[in-house]
Amino acid sequence: MKKLWEKNKYALLFLSPWLIGIIFLGLIPMFASLYLSFTNYNMFEAPTWTGLGNYIEMFTLDGRFWQSLKVTLIYVFVGVPLQLAMAFTIALILNRGVFGLSAFRAVYYIPSLIGPSVAIAILWRQVFGMEGMVNDVLSLFGIDGQSWVSDPSTALYTLIILLIWQFGSPMVIFLAGLKQIPMEMYEAASIDGANKFDQIIRITLPMITPIIFFNLVMQIIGAFQAFTPAFIVGGESGGPLDSTLFYTLYLYIKAFTEFQMGYASALAWILLIIIAVFTSLLFLSARKWVHYES
Amino acid sequence: MKRKYANIMKFSVLFVGAFVMLYPLLWMISSAFKPTEIIFREVSIIPTEVTLENFMEGWQGISGVSFTTFFSNSFIIVGLCIVGNVITCSMAAYAFARLNFSLKTLLFALMLGSIMLPYHVLLIPQYLIFNYLGWVDTFLPLFIPKFLATDAFFIFLMVQFVRGIPRELDNAARIDGCGPVQIFSRIIFPLMLPAIVTTAIFTFIWTWNDFFSQYIYLSNPNLWTVSLALRGFLDAMGESQWGAMFAMSLLSIVPIFIFFIAFQKLLIEGIATTGIK
Repeated sequence: MKKLWEKNKYALLFLSPWLIGIIFLGLIPMFASLYLSFTNYNMFEAPTWTGLGNYIEMFTLDGRFWQSLKVTLIYVFVGVPLQLAMAFTIALILNRGVFGLSAFRAVYYIPSLIGPSVAIAILWRQVFGMEGMVNDVLSLFGIDGQSWVSDPSTALYTLIILLIWQFGSPMVIFLAGLKQIPMEMYEAASIDGANKFDQIIRITLPMITPIIFFNLVMQIIGAFQAFTPAFIVGGESGGPLDSTLFYTLYLYIKAFTEFQMGYASALAWILLIIIAVFTSLLFLSARKWVHYES
Repeated sequence: MKRKYANIMKFSVLFVGAFVMLYPLLWMISSAFKPTEIIFREVSIIPTEVTLENFMEGWQGISGVSFTTFFSNSFIIVGLCIVGNVITCSMAAYAFARLNFSLKTLLFALMLGSIMLPYHVLLIPQYLIFNYLGWVDTFLPLFIPKFLATDAFFIFLMVQFVRGIPRELDNAARIDGCGPVQIFSRIIFPLMLPAIVTTAIFTFIWTWNDFFSQYIYLSNPNLWTVSLALRGFLDAMGESQWGAMFAMSLLSIVPIFIFFIAFQKLLIEGIATTGIK
């Protein structure tokens, strides 16, 4: 016993804040939330056990759940690939050196820093509003715009544009990756007669796949959890007509405006499972397309 | 000659791209300085008339609380979060990188796993705990978790960094009679400075931008942060006070800009090597 104490006393000293955190704010809440997901709980009365009731209701009766899932999947799987394509293209142009490189890199990076803020979400609502910037620009070409944020068929796409707008951080990661590709490979290829386009397809793309993979995983996980833009642009309820009802927004509504804490916990676990499934699918597919240097 | 032409092309594409990217921000700046009467009428982003009235009006805030309070609240929370993250994450990182202890592999795996876990899974029970403790409508739920090293991502970042510090330094200090506590405080912590600065910068940006947890925990306007005040503004005024809202939105991102300009080099290197955004 004394030996165990001697061996661990310093680690315990250094780890104690983290240990308290992981136990009381990590493990216990995690199991509590799993338990709550099988109950009805409104915060004022004790939780009552309902078994799989919440999950069954969600999948069979709850149209808003399916709607929020659909909205989120479109946001993630349209937005993230476009965002990364943009990041990669600009990184390619920047990589070969251009006048004012660091200024361009900074300008392209700025939206990533401020993008998640309330200020930018408010700005976006106005930019795509009836009397907003987009319609100002369109009017120069004689086109009469509409209120893009209050039309259910376009509102979600204004949020996707906001996501693409923040391509700076994956771009910086791509740039760092592109610098790692040895120049000799390009030289050898051009001696063999490969043109610029061939070089991008046959050297740059395969060599950069680990970075593409990394960016995909990080951005997908992040996009699934986006909240602020939908909350502000969609007028706090996912409007118009639930067209911007992000999954996390629906979870928030269930938990903190309807006080269905049990149901909201079940939603959280389904979110965890969805993210885990997509992440593992990506990892499994990685063997087929991600090129690692042996 | 052909190369020169290609370079001019590239520059033009990038320039136009940068202009399009920045246009919404320029539009916000211009609207913030335009008198309310002409915001709707004037399409050009170069204002014909410049005024500060939007800033004066906006600064008065909402429900009798001014933006002086909102900015102070944001800075207090951000400051506490930075201190918490830097101290407790570096301590945990030192233990994981340098000390031997029971269950180390398991605990390390737990730490890594907690990075991946979506916050929403913990959200409701954490809220119930803080509510039980009577901490709702105080700053405590926002910064106490940082003093318990819950941002495991930074622990991971620092572990990687400490592993790169030569062990000879620890050994030399040990021979001179230092224990783990002194080795940490005199050798490792000072040498970790780049990782600590990265942690501080990202804690600043994330906490400043945060809306969700502040929104859940703070309802008293005297405790509102800048993010909450902007949302309250939008809620109360609707779209009737564009000018003032733009002015305050603009001011709310100024601290991030200042931080960005001051730490640009470190920040971009930080993202490039660690992959955070």
